[in-house]
Amino acid sequence: MNRIELTRNRFLKNILVNRYPQLAVFMVMLVGYIFAILAGLIGTPVGSHNFSIVFVWIAWWAVLILVAVPFFGRGWCAICPIPLPGEWLQRGAVLAPPDKKPMWLNLRWPKALRNIWLQNISFLLLALFSSVLLTTPNITGIVLAVMLFGAIGLSTIFERRAFCRFLCPVGGFIGIYSQIAPIELRIKEKQVCASCIGKPCYNGSAAGYGCPWDVFPGGLTKNTYCGLCMECIRTCPHDNIAVSLRPFSADLAKPSTRMDEAFKAFIMFGSAMIYAGVLLGPWGFLKDAAYNVGTGAWFVYVLAFLVLIFGVLPGTFSLGFLSTKNPIPFKQRFASLSTSLIPLGLMFWVAFSLSFVMTNASYIMAALSDPLGLGWNLFGTADAVWQPMLTTILAPAQTLSLVGGLIWSARTAQKAANEVQVSSLPLIAYSFIATVIMLWLLL
Amino acid sequence: MKHSELISRILIATVVLLTVATPLYIWKRTPLIHAQMSEAGGWTPGILKANAGEPLHLRFTSDDVIHGFAVGQLDMDSIDIEPGKVTDITLIFDKPGIYTFFCTRWCGVNHWRMRGTIEVSGSDPEPTPASVPLYVTLDVDIDAPHESPAVPDRQPSAIRGWELAQGLDMAALADPELYKSSSPYQIFQQLENTSHSDAEKWDMVAYSWQFNTTSEQLASGRQLYAQNCAACHGETGAGDGVFADDIADAGEASMESMSGAMASMMQSPANFTDPKRMLGASPAILQGKILRGGMGTGMPMWGSIFKEEQIWDLVAYLYSFQFEYEE
Repeated sequence: MNRIELTRNRFLKNILVNRYPQLAVFMVMLVGYIFAILAGLIGTPVGSHNFSIVFVWIAWWAVLILVAVPFFGRGWCAICPIPLPGEWLQRGAVLAPPDKKPMWLNLRWPKALRNIWLQNISFLLLALFSSVLLTTPNITGIVLAVMLFGAIGLSTIFERRAFCRFLCPVGGFIGIYSQIAPIELRIKEKQVCASCIGKPCYNGSAAGYGCPWDVFPGGLTKNTYCGLCMECIRTCPHDNIAVSLRPFSADLAKPSTRMDEAFKAFIMFGSAMIYAGVLLGPWGFLKDAAYNVGTGAWFVYVLAFLVLIFGVLPGTFSLGFLSTKNPIPFKQRFASLSTSLIPLGLMFWVAFSLSFVMTNASYIMAALSDPLGLGWNLFGTADAVWQPMLTTILAPAQTLSLVGGLIWSARTAQKAANEVQVSSLPLIAYSFIATVIMLWLLL
Repeated sequence: MKHSELISRILIATVVLLTVATPLYIWKRTPLIHAQMSEAGGWTPGILKANAGEPLHLRFTSDDVIHGFAVGQLDMDSIDIEPGKVTDITLIFDKPGIYTFFCTRWCGVNHWRMRGTIEVSGSDPEPTPASVPLYVTLDVDIDAPHESPAVPDRQPSAIRGWELAQGLDMAALADPELYKSSSPYQIFQQLENTSHSDAEKWDMVAYSWQFNTTSEQLASGRQLYAQNCAACHGETGAGDGVFADDIADAGEASMESMSGAMASMMQSPANFTDPKRMLGASPAILQGKILRGGMGTGMPMWGSIFKEEQIWDLVAYLYSFQFEYEE
């Protein structure tokens, strides 16, 4: 089925299975993360010269949205440092499972919250405060610290990675967009899993831990909730787990039917458009409203933000398939068809991010040499002058992303429309109009 | 516990500890003077200490916009303090005393409040007594109204005045002591008994003012004005600098925080193009106002910053908003 199994390569598989390479990467990430918290709290309050702002919101974001998500799916989650301290505490070990497990509460996450609605909310919270969060080192430091300690706290109360799976503000969208990535972790033979006794991939064994993401690998059909942590490769006694290359957006052929995921698609797709208008547009009053948190103008902005994402965008989208004669329930049609917004939304974010990343990338060199704004010059680049990069290819690259996203979304819409027996034309028209608006906002 | 687990734990703990401790340690040991707009705190710390004759090494950073740093009464070029960057300067004070340092960039409406002091200790072998300002010696109330009862119909010209003054005893009219203590209107009155028209008399007044200054003084005054005064008083002297409106708006608010004898109000900056105001003011009054400041009006005191001759240069330049001088 067009798959190239990467784990067939012995060397690569050993790197994934062995705990030390992963631990080494974890250490680097954890050091960077802790340093970002410190820099936010004690470094210069000038965002463009503070490591926390420059490395989190420019460098990390660029890598995440332009490379990690489109090409590696949840690749970021695989190396993310946020859950590590909590997970080590929960496991009572940093390497293989210990002989004696520590006694934490290990509660099961409440059933009513076993969806990504909390992640939708946590993302929206950050999004609504983003103008302040993205420019104020102090606030960035505090938010990073809250996530780290929040994850530690949750690890001691609930089993597995509750924070990653149900709360992380970025985890939600990485999940739905990871369906696009040309990489997947799946089982090789269904029959092997069916007859496997004890299911150590889910329950853990001496070789490794039960799935931290609370997923039974045998049932994986999409990337959304697989964190690529590699535990199941370690625990599977039958060598039945494979990491493979595959065609882009393979998971979207089987549209989701979950409302939380459908709205996640709208939240991401809508906020990319709002950000493009507020952060890159020429309207000063919008910037003021978004920045002056707590003022009347800001509440109007919040209201408009929420109405657009939960009302206007899904409402106009639904106009295309309202027909009451269709045997498939409306909710199911809505959820399935919103799949077509996943490639479009990601490409909107790519186009939006390109402009601010290229505009601000030159801050990275200066912040690297003087991360706290204390007058250091570690690499001799502290005085690097701010200069937008690759300005000549910016507009063509953005246009290409948006038009590519539109075509991609149209093809996805056709498949999804087929599944739920509606015409794909209104969906394609919807994506087309949104793309034109985005082109107008960005160019 | 396995050895590998133990070693990994020690390694992680060490690395995390170092990641936290190293920046904190270095941060603690890097004393920086933070510059912020006055409403956010101004200079932190605002009081610095030094010893006379010993180099004082200062490191600045700005937490918001671009600021500048200079020390009053000292021959030094101001330095810029850029946001998020660190600027160094080393100063040596020859004489002990309390020096005022100030922001030299128009950072915001309260730019003029952004000042701090450097306390330089040591013994002074030849202490110079402070000179008493002229307005004190003359016993002039610099806060009293000083409007000129008469104003010229056209701008007085020192060039025309020079021609008219040929053959007159200018030495008496343009005596430096007389110049400093008299308003242009008072000199105008002294010319009452001459046969010249009022306009011609004003031209002669303009000439006597130019007689008491040099082009170097005017140039120095122009530069000082552009750097320190124009933000509020405007480039053309009309009291319409970039911060003028904000200062006027702040007036009401400043009044609310004060009461009784302390009540004073931020005012719109003085308009030097207004002939009534300028032709009724003697250089001694203007010097006094600059030196002492406006006491709550928003006009800062410059006596701790400008040297005496700099204030006279500024005063000379201020009259150029009234008089046409020879280039």
